[in-house]
Amino acid sequence: MNAARAGWIFVTPALLALSVFFLLPVLGGFVLSLTDFDLYTLADVHNLRFVGLRNYVRLLETPLFWRALANTVFFVVAGVPTSIAVSLATALLLHSRLARWSKVFRTALFAPVVTTLVAVAVIWMYLLHTRYGFVNYALGLLGVPRIDWLGDPHFAMPAIALFAVWKNFGYNMVIFLAALQAIPEDLYEAARIDGATPAQQLRFVTLPALAPTLLLVSLLTVAGYFQLFAEPYVMTQGGPLQSTTSVLYLMYEDGFQSWNLGSASAVAFVLFFLLFLLTRLQVALARRWSAA
Amino acid sequence: MHPACRVVGVGSDMLKITSIVGICWLAFGCQSQTNSEELVMWVAGREGEVVSAVLPEFEASHPGLHVHVQQLPWRSAHEKFLTAAVARRAPDVAQLGNTWIPEFATIAALEPLDDELAASPGLAPDDYFPGAWGANECAGHMYGVPWYVDTRLLFYRTDLLQAAGFERAPRTWDEWLTMLRAIQLRASQQKGQGPQPAALFLRLDEPELLLALGLQQEPLLRDGDRYGNFQSPGFRRALDFYVSLARVALTDGEASSQIANLWDEFGRGSFTSFISGPWQLGELARRLPAELQGSWSTAQLPGRDGPGASLALGASLVVFAGSKHKAAAWQLIEYLSRPDVQRRFYDLTGDLPPRRSSWEGSELASERGAAAFRAQLEQLRPTPAVPEWQRISSTVTVIEERAARGALAPAAAAVELDRRTDRILEKRRWILQRGAAPVGASE
Repeated sequence: MNAARAGWIFVTPALLALSVFFLLPVLGGFVLSLTDFDLYTLADVHNLRFVGLRNYVRLLETPLFWRALANTVFFVVAGVPTSIAVSLATALLLHSRLARWSKVFRTALFAPVVTTLVAVAVIWMYLLHTRYGFVNYALGLLGVPRIDWLGDPHFAMPAIALFAVWKNFGYNMVIFLAALQAIPEDLYEAARIDGATPAQQLRFVTLPALAPTLLLVSLLTVAGYFQLFAEPYVMTQGGPLQSTTSVLYLMYEDGFQSWNLGSASAVAFVLFFLLFLLTRLQVALARRWSAA
Repeated sequence: MHPACRVVGVGSDMLKITSIVGICWLAFGCQSQTNSEELVMWVAGREGEVVSAVLPEFEASHPGLHVHVQQLPWRSAHEKFLTAAVARRAPDVAQLGNTWIPEFATIAALEPLDDELAASPGLAPDDYFPGAWGANECAGHMYGVPWYVDTRLLFYRTDLLQAAGFERAPRTWDEWLTMLRAIQLRASQQKGQGPQPAALFLRLDEPELLLALGLQQEPLLRDGDRYGNFQSPGFRRALDFYVSLARVALTDGEASSQIANLWDEFGRGSFTSFISGPWQLGELARRLPAELQGSWSTAQLPGRDGPGASLALGASLVVFAGSKHKAAAWQLIEYLSRPDVQRRFYDLTGDLPPRRSSWEGSELASERGAAAFRAQLEQLRPTPAVPEWQRISSTVTVIEERAARGALAPAAAAVELDRRTDRILEKRRWILQRGAAPVGASE
């Protein structure tokens, strides 16, 4: 038995599991996206039509899809940089030698990540309440007029992005913290001997050392934020005026409310394709950046 | 009449055979337990919390029968029922929103109840409010028995209307709009003397009012429910009127999730009227302070000339086709449909009974605000009995909201509604054209 064959035998269980639980469903989903599978099909299989790419064409013609895509992109563009900045800032603060009780704070800041989304979403709905919410109360002290956070189409998505950032930043923070602790202390010592200010140390020592972590975190965060679903599902049900309908929310409504599995699968594949392109783009950018 | 929902047996015989074989094995395994029958019943929302209170009497009079109630939240009830029906894990008997019945009948998830109804003199169809009864009919078959009725009508503050110079609630569209405009004008003139009430609080994220106004005029779908009928003169009138209402109303643009407490705001006089359903009778009686209890009332939904029709919403009791306890399930439905049980259920929930005899001889009709509901129940219209209705209805919500906010002209909104509805109904047209019945094989 040669080595290659032994290798294949070793990976067979993994490949089997992967094909049963990943490849087959994905393939099935793709075939489904080429049909008009719906309620009538459930009643009688003869009501299934193979429609080619019509689901995709229809989807691209649907204003709501573009709306959902724009909402999702807005959420990603607003949420990801904020989330990474907050994670990095808190990680730097916790890592600072001046920080006291850093373990307590680390736990406290990580707590939102492990709490149930639905429960904290309900609490945030109270915080964001127009009349009685704490957010508007605090802003009122600064002289800002009341904002109808979840009821106003202009503010609903920012409010959800704010909530998502609060809910998720702790996760990236912990990753950053681990990466910070891995940076050798002598680099900072050398920088200090050369007379680098703290800002320069951050720019020329910390950030370059964090670059691989930053790439990883941004990849994961973009992929995660593109799959926005639970927040609008709990807080706004996609409203007001569909301003918080995300691509995934659209897919859920199509698939599980109306049972149009054909067109819902098409949504899933479009999202998959977009994420794939975006990830490739990010990796390419990161390569060019690190090569430069 | 509604060719959409024909009775069909879905399914693979293989599965049936295997399950029968499986059940035989099980039966041999545990024969000792067969004398007690368990009925699984799914009930959503508030009804699910209290239905157990009326069940002991049923179980006492039907020894050997046990009802196992499972509660669901309304918001996810539809998808849970649909998923369960597809996966053949549906309960024996359930409370189903009556607008969902065509959908579930189409996938043959429901048992037609015609024979049972014919054999049950206690359940006389003409004792039921016709609109509520009709909402359970699909392609000439009855798939459910109305459990309670829900509709929409006008709630208003009598004192605030009087202050504005109106002694009674409006009956026609013209009277209604005139009144709302007068209140709005008065409010803007007296701005100096503290906050003035808005004329009407209107939730634009709910399509019910527009659908009711439209159904007063004309059917919402045409040509055997093959196409949308939203560009018809009748619906256009309703839409124009609805948009004018939204202009003078305090809309949920500044509310929806934010007027968290409708009753507080109503009591405070933030608005003189709103559109809502029967559950508000109990809520207002409970939540408004004692000194305001004499100053609110209800009125039938205004029509073009005189009180008009409203929607036949509500829930029905259904038997799922896959149930193995259909006879027992029907006994439970018969029991829950008894006028005395319905009256007890009204006391527990505030749900309006769908039978005239349940209203008679009870205090229900004399309760504050109930008289208008009693009158309205005689004038109910069900929504179209097509399985696509849920999607059409959410399309209406989207377009109606944009039209009401002024983002879309009414004429353009009607065109868009028809365009989207026709697209949703495309498959239905194809199936009807193919063989007259949207679903193939029969049982």
